[in-house]
Amino acid sequence: MRNNHATQLIFELSTTGRSGVVLPQCDVPVKQAETLIPDSLLQLAPPPLPEVTEPEVIRHFTNLSTLNMSVDTHYYPLGSCTMKYNPKRNERIAAWDGLAQLHPYQSEASIQGMLQLLFELQQMLGEISGLPAVSLQPAAGAHGELTALMVAAAFFRQQSQHRTKVLAPDSAHGTNPASARMAGFDFVTIRSQADGRVDVQHLKENLGDDTAVFMITNPSTLGLFDDQVQTIADLVHDAGGLIYLDGANMNAILGITRPGDFGADMMHFNPHKTFSGPHGGGGPGAGPICVTETLRSFLPCPTVAFCDESQMYFLDDRSEASIGRVRSFFGNVGVLVRAYCYIRTHGPDGLKRVSETAVLNANYLLSQVKQFLDVPHGDRCMHEFVASASPIKETTGLKQPAMDIAKRLLDYGFHPPTVYFPLTVPEGLMMEPTETESKQTLDAFAATLRTIAEEPAETLRHAPHTTKIRRPDEVMAARKPIVKWTETAD
Amino acid sequence: MPYTYNTPAQQKEMLEEIGARSVDELFDSIPDNMKLGRALQIPPALGELELTSHMQELARQNSNITHNTCFLGAGSYDHFIPAVVDSLASRGEFYTSYTPYQPEVSQGNLQVMFEYQTLICQLTGMDVSNASLYDGGSAAVEAMLMAISITRRNSRVVVLESVHPEYRQIIKTYFATLGTEVVTVADSAHLPNVLDENTAAVLIQSPNFFGNIEDVAAVAEQVHASGALLVCSVDPISLGLLKRPGDAGVDIVVAEGQSLGTPLLYGGPYLGIMACREEFVRRLPGRIAGQTVDQEGNRCWVLTLQTREQHIRREKATSNICTNQGLFALRAAIYLSVMGPQGMRDVADLCLQKAHYAQQQLTNLDRFETVSDLPFFKEFVIRDKQNDVAGLLEKAEDFNLLAGVALGRWYPELEDCLLIAVTEKRTVHEIDQLVEVLGS
Amino acid sequence: MNAEELLYCDTHEWVFVSEQDGQKIATVGISAFAVEQLTDLVYMELPAVGAAVTAGEEFGEVESVKAVSPLYSPVSGTVTEVNEGLPDNLDILNTDPYESGWIMKVNVSEELPESLLDHATYQRQCGEAS
Repeated sequence: MRNNHATQLIFELSTTGRSGVVLPQCDVPVKQAETLIPDSLLQLAPPPLPEVTEPEVIRHFTNLSTLNMSVDTHYYPLGSCTMKYNPKRNERIAAWDGLAQLHPYQSEASIQGMLQLLFELQQMLGEISGLPAVSLQPAAGAHGELTALMVAAAFFRQQSQHRTKVLAPDSAHGTNPASARMAGFDFVTIRSQADGRVDVQHLKENLGDDTAVFMITNPSTLGLFDDQVQTIADLVHDAGGLIYLDGANMNAILGITRPGDFGADMMHFNPHKTFSGPHGGGGPGAGPICVTETLRSFLPCPTVAFCDESQMYFLDDRSEASIGRVRSFFGNVGVLVRAYCYIRTHGPDGLKRVSETAVLNANYLLSQVKQFLDVPHGDRCMHEFVASASPIKETTGLKQPAMDIAKRLLDYGFHPPTVYFPLTVPEGLMMEPTETESKQTLDAFAATLRTIAEEPAETLRHAPHTTKIRRPDEVMAARKPIVKWTETAD
Repeated sequence: MPYTYNTPAQQKEMLEEIGARSVDELFDSIPDNMKLGRALQIPPALGELELTSHMQELARQNSNITHNTCFLGAGSYDHFIPAVVDSLASRGEFYTSYTPYQPEVSQGNLQVMFEYQTLICQLTGMDVSNASLYDGGSAAVEAMLMAISITRRNSRVVVLESVHPEYRQIIKTYFATLGTEVVTVADSAHLPNVLDENTAAVLIQSPNFFGNIEDVAAVAEQVHASGALLVCSVDPISLGLLKRPGDAGVDIVVAEGQSLGTPLLYGGPYLGIMACREEFVRRLPGRIAGQTVDQEGNRCWVLTLQTREQHIRREKATSNICTNQGLFALRAAIYLSVMGPQGMRDVADLCLQKAHYAQQQLTNLDRFETVSDLPFFKEFVIRDKQNDVAGLLEKAEDFNLLAGVALGRWYPELEDCLLIAVTEKRTVHEIDQLVEVLGS
Repeated sequence: MNAEELLYCDTHEWVFVSEQDGQKIATVGISAFAVEQLTDLVYMELPAVGAAVTAGEEFGEVESVKAVSPLYSPVSGTVTEVNEGLPDNLDILNTDPYESGWIMKVNVSEELPESLLDHATYQRQCGEAS
């Protein structure tokens, strides 16, 4: 039962003199801080944080949690985000002292179990991707992209090749162009054809001896496997460039095909998507990258290696050609532990079944949705598809029907699909059911969507009708940003 | 296949509805010659019981800090975490949700982001905070990139040698492809030699990697005189006691937020804190929650200033980051709320007292000496006059003591030195034991 | 200013050139059509007074909640004045884009580019685009 008093800010609950903790008495001889540190470096008063008790903190944050939709509570078909079930066993295991209470600078001998886990994960990701050299260091998918582009830059530097351009299709995630720029490359957008596949002719026109990397998301953000990928890879390789695969959509092809087998030289995984690490309200994720043997020596250091002589795992930072570090310590280990558990739980057949089920679910949902919404890119898809609400625009006069449908879904207790992405589909609704949803859920969702598509325009225009707040004013928020509470903010 | 539901009968029904004969047919768009055609060579599936025993076996081969006494620090610290932090952060509504794209059903996460941003401002004395970045190291490099974008000077950034060596390595890696020169100086006294009209920023850390507190305000004056920005990496726990960077003239503050309620986790995931002065808010990378009203005038929160970000600005974005560390920003928000001003002051004071006691006791021994007279907070360096740091650490491990971090790997001239961190969790008995073992 | 007397870029900036003390001063803004297309403007970044601008190149940015649009200068020269109050009161652009919604004044250093459009031609192009 939701508590309607829940939205006061923690600062508004503050009462001078309250506290949520009692710390121990100091058990060493106490000296005045002023005798240890010069006055000028000390702050007279402690930081002006709120003063609340433990029960207040518990009630406050517990009630805030109930204002979220989440995978544990709702169907969440957010396309491109792979919102699958997050196994509880993995949460529990990852929190064990023997895996969580380890300091990053402990001796290698004292963490052989952890190093073994990370070593085996490197090997498993290498096998799943078909790209044997693995770095677990990047902290998120976008970070993995950036790291891989730095690897490519280092490779070309070593080859004394001056290659300045990174290319990607117009349907790519915004992180692709942003990562390219951060890695010091110029970015070139390649058109997609009407059927959603890369316009190979346009690619050819842009390939040359300045081409460094072509970034491709395959299956694409439209949920289509681009069967030209091998041709594309050959063209790029002939021009002397490298292929980067954005692994956001790996949930469609586990054990079925491998990026390394269709021409990719580098890729990242999103373990928080594909291997079920929870999304945590926006993070943490992880972004391990896999590359070819040729590129191995450029990977960030350290990686985990095994010494045959001592029969010990160790942190290997010997590669002179390495780009260096992209993150402090080893990486987002907590997320990697969950990914390890997930892969070990499934095994080879299980991982393949994950993708088969995800693709079956998506195709089934597509077969239902196309009965009342436009699906511009065909009757079949991989793990997700993009419907278009454009026709509704004409029949109802709604200006933003995809947004209106999304908001109306909230009234029916479903998290909406991703809207207005990729940019190539007008009024796009990108749906990714994942493998952990049942036919019953998909049926209920499709039936609801159909109901909504037939509802009066007015009902949609003013949706949602039942949520605690409705259509917040984003213009006001952006014009005069209020990004923290102050006593006079209200 | 433990987490899927469809029965063979349902699968058949679904295929009929799709108009496909088999699941294999759904993969027809993948050319046969690209298909793997064999099973993945990974170990066979494990049930929950088998997985649990396998993981127990791995966990057993790690010496954890619950069964050992941890004096390791160097950017990752064994601080006390109140039970409420785990209790609240393990709610599925928090950890199984995603970025708040739909504000109507994400007010919980958005309000937490807004509260987190406010708490970070209160702690650091800065005007605005983002909703967090990956970790302290990548936050430092993002701050340098931000400073370049603000000052429009891109030929040089300056880093003090006393900044965490791994942060410095990250900066070196990022700038290797961007053509910006990274100049490292031994200490702030050398700044006048390297600051010029093309220098975008100076990165300083306080307390620095060796635990010493820098005179940030003095450095700020020097840096600003040259038109560059001062980026300061801080230990958030120290701000219970030390002057806030916002009050010392810092332009951009970054920090590793792990100390605020996150366990050690063998180095991650952690929390990248980043806050700045008001006028830089539109150059701040990462997600930001902002206050607004809904259609009925109810106060509520949304993601705001989104035009800074990659999904809109694409190749012109100042950063490629597209998430925050939501779960760890939540942990920090809970931690700071439950600690309050007095709790933060008490923790900081306990760290200060215990670290000074430990340093005193150790340097009373003939074998050890200090390397610096500068004031320090919870971490300090001692030199082993017998130059056998490895031997000391090994011996300590026999007594279940993780005695310190050897500095030689980053600073060859300090190969006989140990960096020792003492948090509020260490008792006088543990410290005395460390002194006894290292001195014996 | 009368919209019909202005010249336009195909990127939707307008310009009006007048003579002052023998100097050619160009006043620059964005068209009503652009304001309508961008919807709900939230932020504008102005150039600095004294900055050099080049015809056809970016001199600032205007943002709506979910879009950023570069502003391209119709003329080359030096910025002599900017409309300081505009970023805090972007609603002016909805009501009065050609008068109080001006963005910058430029001391023109080169001939006006030939690519500038008169009002009728510009209107026709906008008609085709929408």
